Amino acid sequence: MSAVETQVKEAKPLLSKKDRKLMVDPLNDNNPITVQVLGICSALAVTTQLKPTMVMAISVMAVVVLSNFIISLMRNTIPSRIRIIVQLTVVSVLVILVDQILKAFVYDVSKQLSVFVGLIITNCIVMGRLEAFAMGNKPGPSILDGFGNSIGYAWIILAVAFCRELFGSGKLLGFQVIPDAVYEMGYVNNGLMLIPAGALFVIAIIIWIQRSLNTKLEEA
Amino acid sequence: MKFLKDKVYELRPLFNKGGKYEKFHTVFDGFATFLFTPDHVTHDGTHIKAGIDLKRTMFFVILAMVPALLFGMYNVGHQHFISNGEFLGYGEGFLDKLIYGSIKVLPIVVVSYGVGLGIEFFIASSKGHAINEGFLVSGMLIPLILPPSIPLWMVAVATAFAVVFAKEVFGGTGMNILNVALTARVFLFFAYPTFMSGDTVWIAEKADAYSGATALANSIAGTPGFSTSDMIMGFIPGSIGETSKIAILIGAAFLILTGIGSWKIMTSVMLGAGIMGLIFNAVGANEFMQVPFYYHFIMGGLLFGAVFMATDPVTAAQTEVGKWWYGLLIGMMAVMIRVFNPAYPEGIMLAILFGNVMAPLIDYFVVQSNIKRRLARA
Repeated sequence: MSAVETQVKEAKPLLSKKDRKLMVDPLNDNNPITVQVLGICSALAVTTQLKPTMVMAISVMAVVVLSNFIISLMRNTIPSRIRIIVQLTVVSVLVILVDQILKAFVYDVSKQLSVFVGLIITNCIVMGRLEAFAMGNKPGPSILDGFGNSIGYAWIILAVAFCRELFGSGKLLGFQVIPDAVYEMGYVNNGLMLIPAGALFVIAIIIWIQRSLNTKLEEA
Repeated sequence: MKFLKDKVYELRPLFNKGGKYEKFHTVFDGFATFLFTPDHVTHDGTHIKAGIDLKRTMFFVILAMVPALLFGMYNVGHQHFISNGEFLGYGEGFLDKLIYGSIKVLPIVVVSYGVGLGIEFFIASSKGHAINEGFLVSGMLIPLILPPSIPLWMVAVATAFAVVFAKEVFGGTGMNILNVALTARVFLFFAYPTFMSGDTVWIAEKADAYSGATALANSIAGTPGFSTSDMIMGFIPGSIGETSKIAILIGAAFLILTGIGSWKIMTSVMLGAGIMGLIFNAVGANEFMQVPFYYHFIMGGLLFGAVFMATDPVTAAQTEVGKWWYGLLIGMMAVMIRVFNPAYPEGIMLAILFGNVMAPLIDYFVVQSNIKRRLARA
């Protein structure tokens, strides 16, 4: 897939304006979580700690990019009546692959993520990108679109996991960052951050900050 | 009074548009209207004016809470001393108990008001709104529903959370869906459960050997563990303002007489709790179910919640028929949560929040049924 990317780059001096928009738009203006409000379930479920969240972000990225690429290659041969079934087949193959790889190489994290890796198949972002982009665009732009959206997804869930692990357990990536002296002064970890409801509040705050900074998102 | 009033009006031009302290206009306006009924006159259109404005209404509610607060302060001291085996009689060491209690309770009140009003003032002046007085009541309710041993920084965090997330994001006073004070409590309950439940938090600086379990916690074993008169008078461990049923009833009478609190909601919450208690008595599958239903009225915060929080005019049902259903729902839910889920002994907190969420739906059905009935008659 990197070959395709470099081809795009070689053809033009830089990413063309359109291609750059594919990558940059989902980071902020059209973020899958905070603007399109997709993929919220996994953002609530896997973000108690930073490490599993990173693995989740990478897994989703692999699935979104590869499925976008494959579906885009096949797009002209898929009968539109059964396109959802075809998409699901491709996505489920990829998800099972990712799951098996995680089980083989990072078993602990895989156990922590449990069903949520398998549930990537139901992540609305995956199907959303296939339907909205890959079915109607060439493989090159589809890969860029996959990267853009999965990075947009990744930075939000990493930000949520950062807040939740920091305030919920006083740690980052498993290392204690809030010094013992603070605990001795009476500080206590916030249990609300450990339950999924806490993630909703963190996402709400992120959306709040994003909308007050980005005037384009203001609703009438 | 006349002198103060003259002084305030003399200062006013400084704060008006173009004045020296224009930026602080909202703060000044907030204080001036708190002290005196505003002299603004409406200029056009027809207006219906009530005899008392929002600030006076809020102040009446605070007056109604004063008995519960005073008794709460005394009881905090009383519980502390009897846990250490001193001043066992109700009136013994009266001053010691009162002073000890005020040292514990007043800082919580100050922190709650300081943080809450600070945020309100900041948001009002940054948006150029008039300062609302909604927090006057919430700021007093928050200390009354917390355990006396709560760390002050937690009060500050919870108050800030409640004011921002329960109120300001919805548009400020009068627009909130959930009761602000209960949001603060529910935040603490889920964020710092060890400081909000269990046997150790309800008595300030308790001696280790003394059991600090509340009547509700004891009831899991089938008996409240306190004499009925103690529970009615309020000489039991619990949140600061909720223990004395007498003090709360005085407040309730005051609210009903001044027409501020809805007697329908208070009655129907009690009714709902009673019905649910009777049903559980009839089933009687475990010890808690067998606790006589009338104990539910005098245990825990049911009465306090029914009088001061379920009646919150903003978050309660608005229609008169709806108020009955709303209260019944809260009362039944409260007893159900108490009995079915010992992990959440204080069911009234979650029940009222649930009722708040359901209130618009209840109103909708009441209005719809009115429309249907009148259409059928036409």
